[in-house]
This record gives sequence, C-alpha cells and structure tokens, in this order.
Amino acid sequence: MKRKMEISELIFKIISYVCLIILAVLCVYPLIYALSASLSSSGAINGNHVILWPMIGNSTDGFQIGLMFEAFGYVVTTAGNTFWVAYSNTLFLCFVGTIWCLIYSILGAYALSKKRLLGRRGFNFFLVFTMWFAAGVVPQYLNYQRTGQIMAAMVGSTYNEIDLKWLIILAMGMNATNLILLRNAFEGVPSEIEEAARIDGATELQILTKVYIPMSKATIATVALFFGISRWNGYFWAQKVLPQEQNYSWPVQVYIRDFIENSTDLIGPYQDGFSWPYEFSTISVMYAMVVCGVIPILIIYPFIQKYFAKGVNMGGVKE
Amino acid sequence: MSKLLKYDDFLIFDEATGTYEMPAEQRVRDETERNHWKNTGFTILKDWRLYLMLVPMIFVYLLWKYMPMYELIASFKYGTEISALDRDWVGVSNFATIFTNITYSVDFWRAFRNTFALAFYGLLFGFPVPIILALFFNEIRSNITRSIIQVCVYLPKFLSTVVVTTLAISLFRGPDGAGSDMGIVSRFLTIICGEGSALGTQASQVGNGLIYSTRYFRGLYIVTELWEHAGYDSIVFFAAIIAVSPTSYEAAQIDGAGKMQQMRYVVIPGILSTVVIMLIMKMGSLLSISYEKLYLFCSGKTIGNYEVASVVSTLANSWGENQDTAAYGIAGEMMNNIIGMILVIGSNFIARRASDISLY
Repeated sequence: MKRKMEISELIFKIISYVCLIILAVLCVYPLIYALSASLSSSGAINGNHVILWPMIGNSTDGFQIGLMFEAFGYVVTTAGNTFWVAYSNTLFLCFVGTIWCLIYSILGAYALSKKRLLGRRGFNFFLVFTMWFAAGVVPQYLNYQRTGQIMAAMVGSTYNEIDLKWLIILAMGMNATNLILLRNAFEGVPSEIEEAARIDGATELQILTKVYIPMSKATIATVALFFGISRWNGYFWAQKVLPQEQNYSWPVQVYIRDFIENSTDLIGPYQDGFSWPYEFSTISVMYAMVVCGVIPILIIYPFIQKYFAKGVNMGGVKE
Repeated sequence: MSKLLKYDDFLIFDEATGTYEMPAEQRVRDETERNHWKNTGFTILKDWRLYLMLVPMIFVYLLWKYMPMYELIASFKYGTEISALDRDWVGVSNFATIFTNITYSVDFWRAFRNTFALAFYGLLFGFPVPIILALFFNEIRSNITRSIIQVCVYLPKFLSTVVVTTLAISLFRGPDGAGSDMGIVSRFLTIICGEGSALGTQASQVGNGLIYSTRYFRGLYIVTELWEHAGYDSIVFFAAIIAVSPTSYEAAQIDGAGKMQQMRYVVIPGILSTVVIMLIMKMGSLLSISYEKLYLFCSGKTIGNYEVASVVSTLANSWGENQDTAAYGIAGEMMNNIIGMILVIGSNFIARRASDISLY
C-alpha cells in the first residue's frame, strides 16, 4: 500500500537528514583538521589558511596545498624516543591492565550470577554502591599513595623508587557497570547447560571456562574493549600518581598534555618564554601527537562498532 | 483464621501401625530450619570455589573503592600529621570553615555553584538531544546511509579527554599577539557573528579567546560534552525505537494516524520506560561531572575561565595538594558526593513510585 507522504512528514524527514549530516560532519571535522594541520607549515596554520587540506608555504611566497612531514618527523625522531616510550607504556598499561580487569571481573561476575550464592544481594549492593558514592579526588589520591607504599614495602623498596605503573595497572580502570554487564550475560546462560556439564564431571572453573565464557563471547569482547579504551584514554590519575621523575612510565596522554603545557602557546600562563627553532609550529607537532594517539582507537573502532550497540543495551535494566 | 486446624491436617495417620506420622516434606522442612546455620556453613563449604572467585573482585574494590572512604574521616579532623588517624577530632569545624571563612568560602561556593550550573546545563541539553537524534535516525530508511552517519557520530565518544580538550582549546584559541590568528572555529564564528559583535570581540582577545573566557566557557563546555556523548547516548533510544512492535504501527495506521501522529502516540510512549531509566542514570551521575575534563580546561587560578570552570572536584584537587587545606578539600567534595547520592536514590525512588520502573 503506497501512501502519499504528508507535508509534515516530509519536512521532518528533511530536517532529520540535514541535521544528522551536519552533525556527522561536525563530529569528524576536528580530527580531519588535526591531521591536515599536522601536515601543514607554521605560517599556514597561524594565518588560518588550513581549512580542510594541508597547506604549505609562507606569507611571502603564498600558500598552496601540499604536505609537510616535518612535524611527524619531529615526533618520531627529534623528540627522542620519549614519545615512543610513552606510546609503548600506554600499550603495556592497556594490554596488561585490561587483562587484569577482565580476570577479576569475569570471576566476580560469574560468582554473582549464581542464584545459589549466599549473600548475593549483599555482594551486589557492595558493587552498586560504588556507582552511587565515591570518596572523591583527595581521599583517592591519599589511598593510591598509601597502597603504593604498601606495595613498595612488599618488594622491600620505597614509594619513590618503585615503578608506579604497576599500581596503575592494579588499581585503576575499575568499573562496576562493566561487571554488571558481564553478570547479566552470565545470568542469561541457560542453567541446563551448566547442569549437564556438572553431571559430566566438570569443576566450577571448567564450567566457567568451557561453558560460560564461550557462550558470552560478545559481551566479554565488549567489556574488554571498554576496559581497553578507558585504559588507553586514562589521564588524570596517571598524571597524579606518576611524578615528573617517573616520566619514563608516563602514558601517551600525559606526555601529550605535558608537551602542550610546556611548549605551545595554547594555554594561558605558558604563552611566552618558549623558543622553538623549527619552521613548523609546535601546534603541528601537537596535532601530530594527537593523531598518533588516536590512530589505535581508529584501528579498533570498526571492530567495536559491531559490539557496542549490543553491549549498551545489555547494560540496562536487570536486577 | 476461621477454620480450626485439626490434627489430621498436618499429620498422617498410619493405619498399619496405628500411629500418627509427620509427612516427609514437613520433616525435611523442620530439619532444614533446625540446621539453618549448619546448612549455611555447609553450602559455603560446598561452593567454596564460588567464594574464592569473588575474592579478587572484593579485594580490588575494598582496597581502591572502599578504603578511600575511610580517608573521609579526615574531614572531621584537623592537624598536620600525615596519617589522618593521628590528627585531632574537630567535629564539623572544617565544614564551617569552608562555608563561612572568607578565605575558603568564596572559592567553595563558586565551585559549588559552577558544579550545579554545569550539571544542570549538561542535563538540560545532554538529555533531550540524544532522544531527538534517535528520532532522526529512525527517519533514515537506508541502512547504509544510517551506518555511515552512525560511525561518524559515535566516534568522539572513544577519544580521550586529553585529545578532546586539546582539540577544543586549539580550535577555539585566541590570537597569540605574535602573528598567530585565532583558532579556525573561532574565526568561523567571528565571520558569522561579525567582527564587532560580543563574540567577535571576545574571540579576538589575545591569549584568552573563547575557551578561556568567562562568558563563553560554559556554552563551549556543553558543546564539547554534546560532541563527545550525544551520538553515542542515542544508541539506547534508537534501540528502544526499533524494539517498538510493528503491529502497533499497523494498528495506528488502520486507525488513520499519520506519520507524525504515529510518532506522538506510538513511538514516544514506546520508548518512555527507556527514557525514564536513562533519566535516572543521568541524575545519578549528575554531580560527578567530568572533573578530568574541567581540570584540563582550567588548571589554575591564572586561567581566564577559572571563574566559571572551577568545580568542587577540581577545587578539592588543588586544595588537596597542600597538607594544610587537604581536610577542606575532602570535606567539600564529600558534601558534593553525598548530595549526588541522595539525587540518585531519590530519583530512583520517585520513578519506582510513579511508574514501576526502576534501575536498582
């Protein structure tokens, strides 16, 4: 049955398309601009000649479209290995940290998904309460220091001498929402399968690894990606916990921010007193670093896409 | 009870032996009741592996989520000792200090106001926009077009706060007075609004620009929040719209409803429960606004937007760096977080009362 389109419907449809297309462009534009600006010359950026395409040249000779790889070259070579050290630190934190978070989350979520677990409500409340109330920035910082000292004492060292990235791996990236996501997925596994496995003589751990984990692969992938992205993007606590003296352990986000604060004119008090000997601007270098920092996200993004819509929907409404 | 219980009701007469006997289930039930604690212990023993699995999670949460709460006692104490335990109890005098002592109260109340203002604006714009986006997405019939747009609008959610703030700061920066123009988006806005307009004047202020201005910071903060979250937050609503049963549409069509009427009477009631739940969730995280982002936008009193960008968390953070004022920071933020908790529990309670929908 072909129905004639009403005028209000048509208007709404047009508005939808226009708004969404504008929004989509706005969402991607800053990243495209960052890429272009990182490939442009200093004069082109300062004079706002870079709008979409990378521009080279200077104000006396005029500007034209072209590529300039010096800023990336600076990031890769002149900045020393410091950038790549930071990069590899982030990869390490991301990988090991995600695995650690997954281990305790999967084990905990599996136990919590069992109806026969005594005190299940209590344990759930224990978890959910952390979503309602947090102690705050200062207590958390004091707590990180204290637990860092305990860790140092355990290896027979002092707080300032141990490599604090282990503290970051163990202590950060906790997320009750992800745990509840996993718990709900495990609750969705039919109990008959578990019983069948139990009759076949499977132990608890075997049931978890051979039945539950394979059956909730999609959720586990989603949660792993959430953990991984939060690790990759983490800034504040890494910056608080890792002092300047431990900058060899800095993740890339802290490194980028430090570079901006100390060498570009973007942030108020740092405007003057910095000399930069190169032809490309510090802003280009900054954009180059941003692009390098975003690339891994862009690489895994198509794979996440498939899962996260599902993951978000599962996150809701169950108790 | 109207009817008197007879002996026969719960005992069985055994004709062979001529005695009364308890039914088997009742015996088991009595036994279970008598041995409740024994059985509890037994179940725990039998399922000890399950409890062992809980141990790492509980360990992590106790150590890094609940232990910080123990540090909160520092807000009722004062002293220069490193450990909060050694300090003297001072009751609520720390709270009194930040509320009334002019040295701290000005900063504190400003931060408190800013927290509420940013949270309120965040809710005001951040909540309806994803719903509207979901309705827009529903209009796009071509799957490919929709997927392409979705890929674009979800993307900012996955960028780090550092990247988002860096991009915002540089795109909205002011001219540096030494040959560098304002950021590209500032330039664009200035062209639209005119050089002489309020926005144009502010945008061309050396050093400050738009992002470090008192007047435009809040708006830009909300814009960056929307840029980051609006697309991604619309997933939930879009999924809810898709889940509305097609028969409802058909029924409405047969009753003569046009497309807009279908939206009014089918789609919106269909996603109402999702909307309520998401509102509860938003309310819960209302006051825990992204301190990381605000910290990156405004890392000190010298920054131009301090007046509007300083929130309780960032203020507590800067107070916490000094041993003398750490207790004030802890006290102020605790108050903030308790209000946040009351908000989430309260909104959940109201939702449960009003519509049987609740999250926890």
